[in-house]
This record gives sequence, C-alpha cells and structure tokens, in this order.
Amino acid sequence: MNLKAMDLKTFKGGLHPPDGKEFSAHKAIEICPLPEELIIPLAQHIGAPAEACVEVGALVKKGTLIAKAKGFVSAPIHASTSGEVIAIEPRLHPMGKALPAIVIKPDGEDSWDESLIGANPDELNPDELKALIQAAGIVGMGGATFPTHVKLSPPADKQIDTLILNGVECEPFLTADHRMMLENTEQILDGIDILRKVLGIERAVIGIEANKPDAIEKMTKDAASRNIEVQALEVKYPQGAEKQLIDAITGRQVPSGTLPMEVGVVVQNVGTAAAISDAVRLGRPLVERVITSTGPGIKEPKNMLVRIGTPLQFLVDHCGGLNGEPAKIIMGGPMMGQTQLSLEPPAIRGTSGLLIFRKQDLPRLEAGPCIRCGRCIGACPIHLQPTTIAAYARLDLFDEAAEYHALDCIECGCCTYICPATLPLVQSIRYAKAAIMAKKRTL
Amino acid sequence: MDNQLYLSSSPHIHSGETTDKVMRKVIYALLPATALSIYFFGLPALSVLLICTLGCMGFEALSCKLMNKPLALADGSAALTGVLLALNMPPSSAWWLALFGAAIAILIGKQVYGGLGHNPFNPALVARVVLLISFPVQMTSWTAPAPLGSGLDAITAATPLGEMKTAVMLTGKLPELAHSGFLNYLTGNMAGCLGEVSALALLLGGLYLIAKRVISWHIPVSFIGTVVVIGGIFWAVSPEKYPNPIFHLLTGGLLLGAFFMATDMVTSPVTDKGMLIFGFGCGLLTVLIRLFGGYPEGVSFAILLMNAATPLIDRFCHPRIYGQAEAKA
Repeated sequence: MNLKAMDLKTFKGGLHPPDGKEFSAHKAIEICPLPEELIIPLAQHIGAPAEACVEVGALVKKGTLIAKAKGFVSAPIHASTSGEVIAIEPRLHPMGKALPAIVIKPDGEDSWDESLIGANPDELNPDELKALIQAAGIVGMGGATFPTHVKLSPPADKQIDTLILNGVECEPFLTADHRMMLENTEQILDGIDILRKVLGIERAVIGIEANKPDAIEKMTKDAASRNIEVQALEVKYPQGAEKQLIDAITGRQVPSGTLPMEVGVVVQNVGTAAAISDAVRLGRPLVERVITSTGPGIKEPKNMLVRIGTPLQFLVDHCGGLNGEPAKIIMGGPMMGQTQLSLEPPAIRGTSGLLIFRKQDLPRLEAGPCIRCGRCIGACPIHLQPTTIAAYARLDLFDEAAEYHALDCIECGCCTYICPATLPLVQSIRYAKAAIMAKKRTL
Repeated sequence: MDNQLYLSSSPHIHSGETTDKVMRKVIYALLPATALSIYFFGLPALSVLLICTLGCMGFEALSCKLMNKPLALADGSAALTGVLLALNMPPSSAWWLALFGAAIAILIGKQVYGGLGHNPFNPALVARVVLLISFPVQMTSWTAPAPLGSGLDAITAATPLGEMKTAVMLTGKLPELAHSGFLNYLTGNMAGCLGEVSALALLLGGLYLIAKRVISWHIPVSFIGTVVVIGGIFWAVSPEKYPNPIFHLLTGGLLLGAFFMATDMVTSPVTDKGMLIFGFGCGLLTVLIRLFGGYPEGVSFAILLMNAATPLIDRFCHPRIYGQAEAKA
C-alpha cells in the first residue's frame, strides 16, 4: 500500500516522540492465563461507581452481573471468570488509593454464564441495541472509559452525521488497537455497523495513523464492501485525541467547553466497537480487553487479552518478568499514563497498556528558567500558550490562567515533552485547572 | 523495589532537546561566520572573540557567586552572549573595550534582571550600544580586511554603510561602492564588525538554525523582507540617493541581526504572529535609521527598540485557540 500517495490528514500543532512500538507491534494477541485472584474495582469508568449486587461467598460465572450501574452516567460490572466471590473490600486501585473492589477466586473452568445469549442486530431496533450496550457495561476503551451508551444518546436537538472510529493509537509504546485492527477486523466492522444503526447514520470513518500501514490496508480492504471509509492520518501525537481527530477527519472544531456532538460527530475507539459486537451478537459483557504490556523494563513485551481484574504483577510475570530494576510503572502510555505505586493494582477497563521504565530510561532533568522559545506554543494541539498559563499557575494567579484558556487544555503533555528548560508545564496547568474548577463550583 | 519507584504526573518522556543544546546549536551556527572573520581580520579578531567569550563566562560565574545562585555556565547562554558580542565589535577593539563590553552584557544586560530568561533586552546588543555611545571613536574605527597569510597590514577603512552615509551627507549622492563590489560583500571581504562580514557564512548558519528548528523562519523572513521591500521602494523612487535592496541586504549587520540577534528567544515574541510583527518593526526601523538617522547602521537600535515592544506584542498576539471562534459564534 502506497501511503505517500494517500492524502494524510492531520491537525495543526503536536509533535512526534519516538514511538517505541517496535517492542510489541509485531506480536500477535495472546490470551493471558487466569491469575490466583481477580480484583475487580467498582470504579472503572467516568461517572458514579457501580454498586455490588453479590455477597461474599457467591458463586459466579464469567459474565455474571456482580455490580449494578448507579444512575445513567455509570456502568454495570461483571465477573471476568467463573469462581467464588471471596471478598468485597477496598483494594489498591490504579488511581493510587484503596477503593472498593470485588475479589474473585477463579475455579479454573472459566465458563460463561449460560443466561447470556446473543442476538441478531438486524432484528433489533436502535433502542434495544443501546440497551444491550448499556447492560454489557461498555465504556470507552481508549482509556477515557466514558460510558458508551451515554455517548450514543445525544439530545434530540443535536444532529449527528458522522461516526469516527479511533484507530489512531498515537500514544508511544501502545499497540493493542493496532493488533485488534489486524486480528479482530470483522468484530470491529460489525461493531461499527451496530453503532451506525444506533445513531441512525450512514457515514463512518476509521482514522488510523500512517505508521500502521498493515492495519490501514486490512481495514480498507475489509471495510470497502460495507461503505465504511478508512482515513490515513499523519503520524503525530496527539492525533488520537478526540478533538484533534475530529478536526483532521471532518475539518470541524468542537467549540470550547462542549462535546463532539455539537459538531455532529460521535467518536468511538476501535476496541469499543469490537466490544459492542461481542455484547450484541454473543451477549457477552465487557470482561476482558487487549493490553500492551511493554517497555524496556519488561523482559518479553506482549499484547494480551486480559481479564479485567488481573493484577499487574501477573501481567509482568507472564511477560518473562521484569528486565532490571523498575523505576516507573505506568498504566497507559508514556505521554498520558498514570504512574503506579506498585504492581499490586489490577488491570481495569481503561487499561490500554502497562509500561515499565528503568532508571536509565527516564529523563533525569532539572528544570531551568523559561527561555521563551515558544516551542510549547507551537506544539500545543489546542494552540494555547502553555508557558504563560504555567507561569500564572506558579504564582497562583488563576483568573489570569483562566483568561489564557487553561480549561481548554487537554493535558496531552506535548508542552512538557518539548520544553528545553524541562519545566513541568502541563503539570502546572493541571494545578491551575483544578483551582479554576474549584473556584467555579463555589460561585 | 517499591520504595524506589518514581511517581509523577504525565508525561514520562522528554524530547531531550534542552536549553544547553539549543544554545550550543546557535554557537555552532555562528562558527562559519566566526571562522571567516578570523580569516579576514586575523589575530586581533581572534583576541576580541576570546576576550568577549571568556569575559562573559567569567562575569556570569562571578554574578552567580555573588548572588549565591547555582553556577549557570552549563546552559551555554553566557558563552553565546560572548560570541555574539564579539561579532558586534570592530576587529581592532582594544582588550579593555571587549572586556568592558562583556561586563555590560552580562551584568547590566542580563543578571540584574535575574539571569537567563528574564532580561528584556538582548544582552550583547545592550553592550554594543553602550560601547557605541560611550566610545564612539573606538567603536567606529574599522580596519580593511587583511586575510591571514596575505602579509597585508591592517589599515584603516570605512564600512560600506559608513561610506555611504558620509557620501550622501556630503554630496547628496550615493558613492560608487553602493553600485558595485557585491561579490566582496557576499564573501565578507569588507570592513565591519567581526560578524558583519560574510553574508554567505551568516546565511549558512541561519539556515542551519531554521533546519534544526532552533529558530523559526518568521523573524528573519519578515525582518529581511521588510528591509528589502521598504529599501527597495526608496531605491525605486530615487536610485541616485538611496541604495538598492541588495546593498541593504549584504552590508552591515542585517543578516547577523535577523538570524542571530533578533531571534534571541528571551527578548522576542513567542507567537508566530508576534514574531512577524517584531520582524517587520525591526526591518522598518533599520531602513529608516540607515537612510535618515545619524548612525550609518540601525540594526542594533532597531532590535533593541523592538525588544522593548515585545511584552506589548505578546500581550496582544495570541494564537487562535482550537474551537474558540466557534464558541463565540
């Protein structure tokens, strides 16, 4: 496939860090075995945590509902294998503190709940399909974990005309979506068909970064007969950020402070589409996901299909163990991932990757004075002035930071990555954002 | 292992392009021009270069010590200021003049404001202008090039811009050198500051900086473009009285100023739009001073005046934020 001949679309700003995908891009998805126990937190999505609906000692099957959604913006949670509920107690969560979790001791059978039956999407109406998606606990798999049924329920006055599938995977090191596009192509496309039916629209575009030519080729070939477009995108971070992806594909910009539906677009991750297909056709709730376990701190990087609740330590063990002393354990990618206190927390629905760096892999830099080079401004995909906002944040001048549109920051980290003075720019902006939000709430 | 883990908020990687590397690249970019000026002006030029560079580093170290601040020599900014100052000095400058310049640049131009990143004016230009006003004779005593090994003695000469100013003032007409000798201007075979010599060498360095993305094209292009266009308009109106734009381009400190001085990050605007305005202002002031001012050359004054305007430009030039126009509509 000649990508040069194709018109690569993109957005203004951004940068291209070394992508580190060579560790795992060529590795086919393996099924991660069953650990000793699965720790399934009740908070795995944006919105209200789920409410446990099983007791300690209950026997559950894979896919059995174990926690109910609490409200509309929430998601139910299901057992990710068959076994016994041995505890419902606070456990160390990837967020960095102990949060309520249901602990399951697997029986080794890994048998699905018989009450789960599939349906033919052609025979269901949009509302029925949406109900299935909601009941299956589907959330955004790109990492944001926003409940999918909420995204699929735009108010009546918002006309949606385009569904964008996010197959960009612009975070360095992560290759889970890449592998899914190669290996689960049919599932993804089926999920797209279901999504189009739910939204009542025709146009669907899959956006893929040009550094995955094999995925572009496979998706283009298989999608052709279904009238689904594939758009190759320039290799640039954060191409996969929702707003930047919408800009690149449709040329529309989501107004500040609003959602993509404002410009008639719904964005879903390709992994979410695959999960939707499973939820409808097989009746299977979201109990496992593909995770890239990678980085120079892991002996044998892999892409694995992992049951939700599998401890990170188990993932590492299954990847040949640690390669040297770990210095930073990151859930997600190196640009936006969250550092972990240990390998004790479990993989959850939003876990796209487990990345381990050793001391020698980390930048050890001391911040100097800003030399006003303006690189952060050039790299900011929102076209903010990070150095100015950060300077106000350091002085606790939050009104001024807000005037410079601190709240529009998507926290992609480009500014900190590129700053020659190695200032923690995005970190200062986060601080300002929190203060501005707190102030807004008290008004 | 657990107590040795780093916890921090993202991102967890860095480009590796740090301040010292940026400064070093600018110094590399100045090497061709520096080497040529040593070739044309010989040992006196080398000694000015060494005194300015070592002097700036020495004063930087001294101020850090006096102010109990960590030694900041490693960031390379003092060395760069020294090199730039040297390139703004006549090759025949006395040692004390160069050393005094270094003191002004670092102490008055930079450290009193708080060091790197805080100075409103380009330190090397502050020093040059202080010297030019305080020691007008020494700072305008030029020597004709006497290339190394040529056996020529350094003899007094005028810069092309200086000669033009004198001729226009005396006769109302341009001298012969405004119409010919362009090959010499291109290679640097003319009288002037160390860094005002070879247009080719400066262009090479400037293009290297743009290619390496150390600087963006906005300031040099709008600065030089403005000089060429406005200089060109005057020339078109009265070619007897005003030099052609090529003369503007190749003589004096325009290229040094446009690529290396005006682009000083600390003292120029941070946005693309701001840089274009800044460059335009530099260009306009340069032409006006050259054609109508008391000094033959106006690049230094133009840049310093625009440095003063930088905070104002930054105040009013903002990039168009994603989704902002739509929000207002």
